[in-house]
Amino acid sequence: MTLLASARVAVRAMWANPLRSLLTALGVIIGVASVVTMVAIGQGARQATTEQVQALGSNLLTVFAGTPSVGGVARAEPAQSLTLEDAEAIRAEVPGVTGVSAELQRQAQVVYRAENTFTRVLGVTPEYETVRNFRTVRGSYFTDDELRARARVALLGQTVAARLFGEVDPVGAQVKIRGVTFTVVGVLESKGATAFFDRDDVVLVPITTAQRRLFGTRSVSSIQVQVASEAQMPDAEEALTALMRTRHRLAPGQADDFTIRSQADVLQTLTGVAQTMTVLLGGIAAVSLVVGGIGIMNIMLVSVTERTREIGIRKAVGARRRDILMQFLVEAVALSAGGGILGIGLGVLATRLIAQFAGWATLLAPSAVALAFSFALAVGLFFGLYPAQRAARLDPIEALRHE
Amino acid sequence: MALIELRDVEKVYRMDGVEVWALRGVSLRIDAGEFVAIMGPSGSGKSTCMNILGLLDRPTAGTYRLDGTDTSTLDDVALARLRNRRIGFVFQSFNLLPRTPAVENVELPMIYAGVADRRARALAALEQVGLRERAGHLPTQLSGGEQQRVAIARALVMRPAIILADEPTGNLDSATAEEIMGLLRDLAGGGMTIVLVTHEADIAAHARRLVQFRDGRIVRDAPLRGAPARGAGR
Repeated sequence: MTLLASARVAVRAMWANPLRSLLTALGVIIGVASVVTMVAIGQGARQATTEQVQALGSNLLTVFAGTPSVGGVARAEPAQSLTLEDAEAIRAEVPGVTGVSAELQRQAQVVYRAENTFTRVLGVTPEYETVRNFRTVRGSYFTDDELRARARVALLGQTVAARLFGEVDPVGAQVKIRGVTFTVVGVLESKGATAFFDRDDVVLVPITTAQRRLFGTRSVSSIQVQVASEAQMPDAEEALTALMRTRHRLAPGQADDFTIRSQADVLQTLTGVAQTMTVLLGGIAAVSLVVGGIGIMNIMLVSVTERTREIGIRKAVGARRRDILMQFLVEAVALSAGGGILGIGLGVLATRLIAQFAGWATLLAPSAVALAFSFALAVGLFFGLYPAQRAARLDPIEALRHE
Repeated sequence: MALIELRDVEKVYRMDGVEVWALRGVSLRIDAGEFVAIMGPSGSGKSTCMNILGLLDRPTAGTYRLDGTDTSTLDDVALARLRNRRIGFVFQSFNLLPRTPAVENVELPMIYAGVADRRARALAALEQVGLRERAGHLPTQLSGGEQQRVAIARALVMRPAIILADEPTGNLDSATAEEIMGLLRDLAGGGMTIVLVTHEADIAAHARRLVQFRDGRIVRDAPLRGAPARGAGR
C-alpha cells in the first residue's frame, strides 16, 4: 500500500469521529502552542536585551563592586567598595574617558496616598539621561545643584507612574520612598518590557539623596565609564584597574574588590540568561507535548482494538504486516501533525495576545515553529509505533473472529 | 500438477497447556476447476483446514503446496502476496469494511497489489455479481445477500486461482442462499476453483465433490451424485 493510500485511510478514520480526533490531538495542540509561545517569549526577551545593550554602544565599561563570582558562587556580603569619589577619580585620571555615571540600585517601597508599589530605586547623576539615553516624556531630570543638595526629587518610570497615578499626571505630586517624601519632577519614556525584566519599573532619584537620605551608605552599585572609541577600550580598562587598585589600597597579589565588564561581557551574560530561560520554558512546554503523545498512544490502542476485525479483513485480502504498521503509524502521525498545525495557530495567536496585552517583547522564530512541529511529528511517530506494531502482529484468524 | 496439495497435515493447538488436535494427518488434492464442498460437525477440523488452505494459519506438521510451491518456507510478505493474488475469501459474516462504500471494499485487495485502474476493475467485478448500480452504497445500506455479493466481487477482483468460501450462506435466508450458491456455481462453471465449507447438505449439494471431516480426519471424499463429472459440461 502506498503512503498516499495510507494517508487517505488515516484521514477517513479521523473524520469518522471528529470530536474524538480533536480531543486526542488536544494534548499535542496545547503542547505545540506552549512550545511556540514560550520560545517566542524567551527569544523576544533575548532580542530585546541584545538591542537594549547594543543601543548603549560598544565603548562602555561598567565597574561593579565586589569580586567576580568564585566557582560560580557570588560573594554573599554586599560589596561596598565603590564610592562616588571613585567615579570622580576615574573621570579625572583615566585617559580616553568621555563620560562617567554612578548608580546605586536598591529595592524599596514607593507610596502615593493609598497606592503603593515595590520597585527598583535607582540613584543616578543627571548624566544618566545621556549615558543611558533614557529621556523624560514629562517634566525633566534633576539638576547638578539638586544632586549636590541631596534634593528629594524623583523621576518615575512608566510602570510605576501607571501603578501609582493611573491616568493622572504625577509631575508635582508627592510620593513617599521608604517613608521619605519626594517630589515627582518627571516621568520617563517607555523602554519596554520582556517576560523577565521591565525597564519601566523604576524610580530615579539623585544618587546623593539615595545614599544619605534613603539607604544610609557611601557606596554605589556600579560606575559606567564611557570611552571615546572602541580602540581605546583595552588601555582604558588597564588604567581603570590600576587606578582602582591604588585607590582601594590593594597589595600586589591581593584580589580585586571590584569587577570591570565591557558591554560585550554584559551582552553575553544577559543573552545567556535569556537563552537559559528559553530552553527551560521550551523544555517545560515540551513535556506537555510528550504528555499529548501519550494521549495519542492511548487512543491508537483503543482504535486498534476497535478495528481488530478490519485488520483481519485487510490481512486476509493481502495486507502485509508492514502495510498494517504503516496504516496505523500514518494515522498517529496524521493526528499529531494535525494537532501540530492547530497548535502553531494557537501559539501564534497566544504570542500576539501576550505581546499586545502584557506588552512583552516576543519573537516568533520560524525555526522554533518548525522545531515544535517536527517534535510533534516525532512524538506521533514514537507513540504511534507501539499501537501500530500491536496491530501489525495480530493473528488474522483471531482478528477475523473478533466481534 | 495439483493446484492444492495437502500431505499429512497436522495441526495442534496448545490451550492452557493442553494440546488440542485440530487436524490429525489430512491429505487432500484439489485440481484447478474443481468445486469442492467440505462438510463436518463442529470441531471436526474443517475450519482449521480452510484457514490453512487460505494461508491464514500454518500446519504444525505436513506440507501444503499451492501451485506446486511449498508454503511452509514462505515469510509474511510472500504469504500476503499469495493471499492477495491467488486466493479469494468469502466469509459467513461478509466481513466488509464498515463505513466504506461497496466499490471501495472491492478495491481493497487491489490497493495492496498496487493495481492502477482500481475503480474500473472494481466496478467490473460488481457488474459480474449484478451490483453495478449499488457501487456507492455503504454495507449498512445493503441487504445480507447484497453484502455477500460485494464480498464475492472483492474475492474475484484479483482474478485468484481459488475461492475459499467459509459458510457463505450461514447468515442468509434460504432464498438468498440459493442466489449466492447460484452465483458460486456460475463461477465454478466458468472454471473457477471453489472450496466451500458448510454444514448444510443442500448447500453442499451444489458442489461436484464432497469431502467430509470428522475428528480432524477426512472420513469420506467422493464425487457428488447428480453433479456433473469433473471437466464435463464445460
